[in-house]
Amino acid sequence: MFSKLSYKSQRNIIIVAFLIVPLTLLGTFSFLPVANMFWYSLTEWNGFSDKEFIGLENYKTVFTDPEYFRVFTVSLYYFFGTFLQMSLALYFATILSFKVRMKNFFKGVIFFPYLLNGVAIGFMFLLFFQPDGGLDTILGLVGLGDFTTHWLGNPDVINISLAGTSVWRYMGFNFIIFLGAISSIPNDVYEASEIDGANRWHQFRYIILPSIKIIVSLNLILAISGALSAFEIPYIMTGGSNGSATFVIQTVDTAFKYGKIGLASAMAVILLFIVIIVTAVQRKFFSEDD
Amino acid sequence: MLKLNQKLLVFFASMLVIVVIAGCSSDSEEGSGEGSDQPTYETWKEKDPEEIEGDLTVITHRTDIVDTVYQEYAKQFNEIYPNVNVNFEALTDYGGEIMPRMNTEDYGDVQYIPVQVPIEDIPNFFEPMGTLEDMQEKYLGVEERQVDGTVYGIPIALTYTGVIYNKAVFEEAGITELPKTQDEFIVALEKVKENTNAVPLYTNYAAGWPLTQWEGAVTTTAGNVDYYNVDMLDDPTPFDQGDPHYEHYSLMYEVAEKGLIEEDPLTTDWEASKVRMNNGEIATMVLGSWALEQIQGAGENADDIGMMAFPTDAEETIFSLGADLNISINKNSENKDAAFAWVDWFIHDSGYSVEQAGGISASKDIPLPDALTTAQEEGAQFEMLTPAPDDKQGLLDEVDKESEVGLWLEPNKKIIIEAAIGNRDETYDDIMKSWNEDWSAAYEEIVGE
Repeated sequence: MFSKLSYKSQRNIIIVAFLIVPLTLLGTFSFLPVANMFWYSLTEWNGFSDKEFIGLENYKTVFTDPEYFRVFTVSLYYFFGTFLQMSLALYFATILSFKVRMKNFFKGVIFFPYLLNGVAIGFMFLLFFQPDGGLDTILGLVGLGDFTTHWLGNPDVINISLAGTSVWRYMGFNFIIFLGAISSIPNDVYEASEIDGANRWHQFRYIILPSIKIIVSLNLILAISGALSAFEIPYIMTGGSNGSATFVIQTVDTAFKYGKIGLASAMAVILLFIVIIVTAVQRKFFSEDD
Repeated sequence: MLKLNQKLLVFFASMLVIVVIAGCSSDSEEGSGEGSDQPTYETWKEKDPEEIEGDLTVITHRTDIVDTVYQEYAKQFNEIYPNVNVNFEALTDYGGEIMPRMNTEDYGDVQYIPVQVPIEDIPNFFEPMGTLEDMQEKYLGVEERQVDGTVYGIPIALTYTGVIYNKAVFEEAGITELPKTQDEFIVALEKVKENTNAVPLYTNYAAGWPLTQWEGAVTTTAGNVDYYNVDMLDDPTPFDQGDPHYEHYSLMYEVAEKGLIEEDPLTTDWEASKVRMNNGEIATMVLGSWALEQIQGAGENADDIGMMAFPTDAEETIFSLGADLNISINKNSENKDAAFAWVDWFIHDSGYSVEQAGGISASKDIPLPDALTTAQEEGAQFEMLTPAPDDKQGLLDEVDKESEVGLWLEPNKKIIIEAAIGNRDETYDDIMKSWNEDWSAAYEEIVGE
């Protein structure tokens, strides 16, 4: 029966048949929950009782109470951490794409943290930041003992410590992507440039960077939306206390500690829109250059 | 013709997907025991233990003992009810993980009533266990989550809050008599700091929830069992100076301000704290009686660990008995008889409340453990809180959630510690003022309606 159909309809059937499974999965696990979230955000609901429709009241609450937006200042730490993370990743990726001794070992070392479980990292760094813990010991050994402080106890430093942990963890991911992109540049280009007398910096500036520009912008988008929705590391390490609460931590608390699912859904919707806007702005910004 | 075939194929393909998805969520509406007039809580007892059968799913929060103690429970249970197959499911974060499941019908046969469920919604999820009148004769603490004279859960234990302390450290510090008032308590902690290397009071700030344990002792500070559920509800600003809550948490603030806590609260570790207390590196911790056994078992010095009443300036020292989680039965369960059998066995015969929860049993037939009878002889009183009057049931909880003060949650307690160690530009009075403002705003909104 199938073979009697025209090529075109056969193709269509195959396309539809193959798409049904991924589209159903996408619908069930992405669009349906998001649609539900929109609906919840218009209700007052504690997770158990009947939902009560209250229109845009939840959004009004979030936008009029500065308490809910103040936490975005914490995101700034992760935002600046992002740039550090990207430049370190790019630096190491460039160096390790040239001839270096024990190249694969270093690649492994840098990528390894990304493979670790977030909870394990949280606990590791809790020990690391303890008074007289790993960090204090290292600083003492290199003669910087005077700079030790309570890395998590000091409210001026806590977000830097946490953002630093985050940089350590996610740098490997950026690194591996950069490395992949750089290795796609053909070797002849380097050889040609060497004949022309280019040094390593020139090669980086005029060959590598332009070739992987699109990957850099992709990584930047991922990193910035990651900074806005930072959650795992501060939640595990401090539970958002001592001024380290991010917007997502606050959303989770609102939903599961105070039983305000409606309000928390509104916060989640707002974050979703902020991330979409940031991404759109960046894409526009980068596509104009091309 | 071709067109039609093509459409048909697409149609069949999509039907297939729909059927597969629908198949996963097929729900069966038949409940057991329907058709008879008597409620299941009466009919199940008439059956012979051998007649009761089924696959029972019991959800618990005790991830630590689910593979050991609970397996033993299942064996003992099967000696009486041989035809029931008991399976356990342990949730790490009971309150958080059960909520999404309760929006389906699949949340085990036996579970606990999550504290997050508003009291008036309880009948939508759980099977009635008896009338309040009957149940009160047999059990303690069942009135707390009753709805319109019907009981839906039995506390798995009743526990009390106090100060767990290391006797050896106290001796080394030169404390001869146990401190009774807040001032004496602070003097004792100062002695610990001066004379020993131990941390005077370990807050367990990083874990967070241990700070909420303080709330269980508010009645001790108030010295009045009516305070919590009755008096507090008449006061739109319950955190003024002189109010029990103000006095209660001022101790937390003062202890932290005077540096009588761990050096860096942000890096505390609950599991390690039990071992350190057992070793004499920590002098005191404010916790419920359930923790006593865990700390005694965390090292070799079980005999050094004791529990004293929370320091109070009130005339009487009251240990208020608080109900632990309430064991309950899923309204949609298909094995209600077996579920009732398990609940009955668990409350009366398992010994869980004393051995595992460090409290007393909700069943009035079971005598007090030794530890309590001695404390009682020394003048401490173990009392249940007065329940809220009928027209105000659930009000405290509602105001608490709406105001986000979170009496039983840690964020605001953490703020007290942060302010006390100088991480915030707030004084204790500022904090109490903000609690008062949030509370009275929510109170007006809810009571004023």
